[in-house]
Amino acid sequence: MIFGLGISSQQLSGQLLVGLINGSFYALLSLGLAVIFGMLNIVNFAHGALYMLGAFCAYFLLHILGVNYWGALIVAPLIVGALGALIERTMLHRLAGLDPLYGLLLTFGLALVIQGICQNYVGASGWPYAVPKELAGAQNLGFMLLPNYRAWVIVFSALTCFSTWFLIEKTKLGAYLRAATENPTMVRAFGINVPRMITLTYAFGAALAGLAGVLAAPINQVRPGMGADIISVVFAVVVIGGMGSILGSILTGFALGVIEGLTKVFYPEASNTVVFVIMAAVLLIRPAGLFGRVA
Amino acid sequence: MRQFRNIVASRRLIWEPSMLETSPTPNAIALRAELLRIQDLQAWYGDSYILHGLSIDVKEGEVVTLLGRNGAGKTTLLKSIMGIVSKRRGSIQFRGAQIISLSSDRIARLGIAICPEERGIFASLNVRENLLLPPKLGRGGGLSLAKIFELFPNLHERLDSGGGKLSGGEQQMLAIARILRTGAKFLMLDEPTEGLAPVIVEQIKRTINALKLEGFTILLVEQNFRFAAQVSDRFYVIENGGVIDGFVQAELSANMNKLHQYLGV
Repeated sequence: MIFGLGISSQQLSGQLLVGLINGSFYALLSLGLAVIFGMLNIVNFAHGALYMLGAFCAYFLLHILGVNYWGALIVAPLIVGALGALIERTMLHRLAGLDPLYGLLLTFGLALVIQGICQNYVGASGWPYAVPKELAGAQNLGFMLLPNYRAWVIVFSALTCFSTWFLIEKTKLGAYLRAATENPTMVRAFGINVPRMITLTYAFGAALAGLAGVLAAPINQVRPGMGADIISVVFAVVVIGGMGSILGSILTGFALGVIEGLTKVFYPEASNTVVFVIMAAVLLIRPAGLFGRVA
Repeated sequence: MRQFRNIVASRRLIWEPSMLETSPTPNAIALRAELLRIQDLQAWYGDSYILHGLSIDVKEGEVVTLLGRNGAGKTTLLKSIMGIVSKRRGSIQFRGAQIISLSSDRIARLGIAICPEERGIFASLNVRENLLLPPKLGRGGGLSLAKIFELFPNLHERLDSGGGKLSGGEQQMLAIARILRTGAKFLMLDEPTEGLAPVIVEQIKRTINALKLEGFTILLVEQNFRFAAQVSDRFYVIENGGVIDGFVQAELSANMNKLHQYLGV
């Protein structure tokens, strides 16, 4: 019992774990959104649909081609990334220079189309995806039971987020990205093929969403609506962290997952709205978000 | 033979026949190979028609300065060569190849680099990242980092500073420095001395002279006439999007009256 509120430490650590798991997905998805927004100035409403496609890729890879979870972890993001590249080349590319609203509308429409197609074939109910046998079971930490798969998701997404941050902030390739975010004309005048870089950036953001989808498949069922369910919270995360901020989106993603988890312990009624309450408060105090630069 | 004809033709383009008679071009310049040849270039910014059929040429190893009032089209000319102005017509030949329809990244890979008036330093990158950003062109010929730091010692001390934290002079040095190591031998500098202290202007002058010795060709836009007079081999006067006059360094004093008129100084 802590704080004399009748809450067991087991309940608390359980919800903390759930919070960290959700936070892992928020972080991975908002990171991809931040990368895309930074470079393309597009609010990618198709992100949830790409996440859902990642999970379906994992499902079909396993049940049709016999590719297991570990293979899917590599192949599914590649497929979703390639689809992202195709979307950018054939559609988003044409919106360059227009009001960002057009990109938002197009990706929103795409999300509905992709989700609709999946629903048509799969139905609204989901399909189960088994936890890979290497990660079955759980560790007894004394105060709680930690399922291996969930520990893996937290560690792996934290690693992926860190690697992406490192790639963008500390490497030469990242320097190109940051420079092109700031002044694409200048970067192009240095001999860099900026349009190709933009395509690859969108593909990379899409691949991150696909990867999150594969990670999510064994936790939730693989459902057409899974993307739509998570994406509104993810957008709130992006707004709180600051549009386009890499580190901001990662930290905010994990933090809000945890806050949401804790709210479930202390005031369950607010657990679904707490993220949006925080968003409203942040927008009032820091309109550019916690980590965003005021333009 | 063809080369020779080109040179003759280009001389006809720049010099008015009367000027040719009174003051022949120094041989050293006349015999150099033509690097850039622009004919009847038209360019637009959105709906505004900026360059009205402009023709100039630049020879290998020259420093050529574009003079003219604000809004005459000098910056637009540099941007058109770089491929940054999307709507452009006419002919831009670089080393004999037509480049008017190329994208700016492909033009850059031919060995053309620009240092824009606003300098274009990336605030989200530090000095080192800014300096190393432009990729090398692969054919060599750029300055080594050691040589660059010899020209701009301040940059070496500020390698880890953010690009947004530099003074105007440091920004200008960085903007010039970063196009020197790529191997591009044709540089376009847009008002490099604008708003800088005399001691830094002096440093940029030394740099341009050092670059000349290294075989760089430079197309300069400059309002600071005193500075331009000290570094340039040749001048074009631009007005209303076209060339209205041109002369070499040796003819400068004879043309001062005309220049005062053109530039309204």
